[in-house]
Amino acid sequence: MIRISAPDTAEMGEIVEVKAMIQHPMETGYRRDAKGDVIPRNIIKQFRCAYGGNTVFEATFFPGIAANPFLAFCLRATRTGPIEFSWTDQHGETWSETRQLTVS
Amino acid sequence: MDDPTFSPIRWNRRTLLGAAGGTALAAVLPPMAEATPEEADAAIREMFGDKPINEGRVWVKLPPIAENGNSVAIDITVDSPMSDDDHVRRIGIFSPRNPIATIAEFRLGPHAGRAQVSTRVRLAGTQTLRVIAEMSDGTLWAGKATTYVTLAACVIG
Repeated sequence: MIRISAPDTAEMGEIVEVKAMIQHPMETGYRRDAKGDVIPRNIIKQFRCAYGGNTVFEATFFPGIAANPFLAFCLRATRTGPIEFSWTDQHGETWSETRQLTVS
Repeated sequence: MDDPTFSPIRWNRRTLLGAAGGTALAAVLPPMAEATPEEADAAIREMFGDKPINEGRVWVKLPPIAENGNSVAIDITVDSPMSDDDHVRRIGIFSPRNPIATIAEFRLGPHAGRAQVSTRVRLAGTQTLRVIAEMSDGTLWAGKATTYVTLAACVIG
């Protein structure tokens, strides 16, 4: 499950805040299950946000990022276009979500 | 039994339960390596190289007390106009106490408009996090924040 908070419209040059969260255990690889066996590491490694096709924000995560990784950052509204959010886990699996920003 | 050097532990119910609990906890918990402040310094050098680090321009906000180390909100703001020729290029978060010193790396640029990032981190105990920002001119700036963690990540859950 992905949750995005981003405005639909903005004025030219306005700085908007976007928030993105994806549901994921971010298993650290340091925990053990009830039997005492190590639970293997399973984390999201990369986050990327592209606006109008250009990468505007990227993140690399380590096990020190909490479960259900959350990010809030800013974007300068320069043109009408899609804002794409994508996450890639350590196995290369990706998830993505797109929002449209209309700039007036 | 009036020998003053002999002081046996009085095995009442409380000490017995306490000792038993401690032993059981020690047996259940996996041995966990902690990073040291030196490892955090090494992780900073690995990400940003050997350039001098200036104090300032980076503002880090953590709650004064974190009741649950599994999810602690961190807000980072860097003093920067975020223009085409003067902006923040990268930000790194480093822990002197977690099993892995590097917590996250962010890459941003003038499109961000404002050098401001928030996320949630895991903390394996009370500590001072360091945040390093690399500017477009290559200079490095550092800020830090301390939080008291009452329930450390990794210990439970």
